[in-house]
Amino acid sequence: MTQPGHRGPMLDGNSMAGDLREIFAVDVTAARYMCAGCTHTDAVATLMVWHQSPGLVARCPNCDDVVIRVVRAPDRVYLDLRGSVRLEVPLEGS
Amino acid sequence: MARTAVSGRLIWRAATIAEARWESPTARTLVLDVPDWPGHLPGQHVDVRLTAEDGYSAQRSYSIASAWPEPGGKVELTVQRLDDGEVSPYLTDTVQAGDQIELRGPVGGWFVWREKSTAPVVLLGGGSGVVPLMAMVRARAIAGSKQPFRLIYSVRTPEDVLYADELRRRVRDDAGLDVHYVYTRKTPDNWPSAPKRIDVAAVNTYGWPPDFTPDCFVCGPTTFVETAADILVALGHDPRRIRTERFGGTS
Amino acid sequence: MGIISRGFGGRRRESVPGLPPGQYLTHDFPVLSAGPTPRVPLDRWRFTVTTETGDRTSWNWTEFQALPAEDVTVDIHCVTKWSKLGSTWRGVSLDTLLAGVESAADYTMVHSFGGYTTNVPMEDLLDGKAWVAYKFDGEDLEPEHGGPARLLIPHLYFWKSAKWVNGIQLMPEDEPGFWEAAGYHMYGDPWREQRYQGD
Repeated sequence: MTQPGHRGPMLDGNSMAGDLREIFAVDVTAARYMCAGCTHTDAVATLMVWHQSPGLVARCPNCDDVVIRVVRAPDRVYLDLRGSVRLEVPLEGS
Repeated sequence: MARTAVSGRLIWRAATIAEARWESPTARTLVLDVPDWPGHLPGQHVDVRLTAEDGYSAQRSYSIASAWPEPGGKVELTVQRLDDGEVSPYLTDTVQAGDQIELRGPVGGWFVWREKSTAPVVLLGGGSGVVPLMAMVRARAIAGSKQPFRLIYSVRTPEDVLYADELRRRVRDDAGLDVHYVYTRKTPDNWPSAPKRIDVAAVNTYGWPPDFTPDCFVCGPTTFVETAADILVALGHDPRRIRTERFGGTS
Repeated sequence: MGIISRGFGGRRRESVPGLPPGQYLTHDFPVLSAGPTPRVPLDRWRFTVTTETGDRTSWNWTEFQALPAEDVTVDIHCVTKWSKLGSTWRGVSLDTLLAGVESAADYTMVHSFGGYTTNVPMEDLLDGKAWVAYKFDGEDLEPEHGGPARLLIPHLYFWKSAKWVNGIQLMPEDEPGFWEAAGYHMYGDPWREQRYQGD
């Protein structure tokens, strides 16, 4: 229905490392996601992240579908992972 | 060291500016005292949070420029000023030794170079995207690593080059380190080519051939990162050995 | 609250009386986006109302432009804490768009080109409270701000004013949209500071 979109201000999954490390004991940006939309798999660090937004929106670089959403309230973090059917988390030192 | 850098939940901590020095007319390195700093890997970044008197706060990410361990236990960030920015002009022009900022980090376990890696390394940096790559160059020297490094540094003008003196010295002293500059707006006098963007010829000539299976690190603005990564793939480099980090959009 | 960084002011902001709690005044128009900006050619544009029984009413751009439009001046409040006062828009009232639609639905899901969604109760769309707007400040609405047309529902936080709007699904039960499913408030009244779930 639409022409290819302009991407606008965008970062990548590396930029989510701090917000995710406030929640998790491991670095999730080094984990591999599998996109629920297209089954593409790669490091979370390679996701395209829109940050000038009410939350962080991380999309699959292969299909543009939303893989991860992070919303930060003053005392809570909401993490929506429905766009990722799997996270493969490397365990350091094992 | 690696374990302490990548495990455990993170909290914000206070950092004190120990000193600051200009790297170019628009970029300044902040040398930070961070009590109980756990150490970091080259390529990692920190989140910086600034809070105003009325409680308003702003948060940005900055790459760590220094390697670890550092004899004084200091952590260095290099900040490029973006004129319409909210945070970077404060860090380049306002903050003084003795002032405090909040820091969360180190973070990011993907865009990192590990000294146990035996592959040769290609570093492609655009503008202030050279900062985390400089941390890798410095870490290589500290580790006494023999893996050959080649840095291709795309920068607007000679005046914009960060770490110019140190890179000159390291190319002389650090065996196995090469640096090639690509000037996009203005070249030094007597430079063999006109200003240009990074291209296949530069990466082909001054990087490593794909047969050497080098680890490739690309950092800079989105357009630079996408162009440079495309060039690497077109030259035959394995996409799984190409790691990218995009700057920009924040200020 | 964290430590204060001496001399840090941050982006220029005014806290003026009359704003919803926690909001600052802005004079520009910040662009927020959660993905690529769709470029919708007008000959492909279509706006569709779908009832809970599946009946559809739709307008192409020409038909939509032929509907009676209103000029409105409203204050808008973004959940990221900026407010903009006295913004001027031209658009078609939802009263007009929903006038011929047979429905008993109490809730709606607003859909956009690019996949964005947001939920709005039916009564908040009616009685002169919401428009599908296609001009801002006298000019065609730019794609960055939601053009060709966006929802304008100024009495709720601005994430409810979906950019690139292309349809409304009428629903018997409330369901969360894009941001509501990710932690934002189901209703989003700025005067009651309903930013996050539970607020």
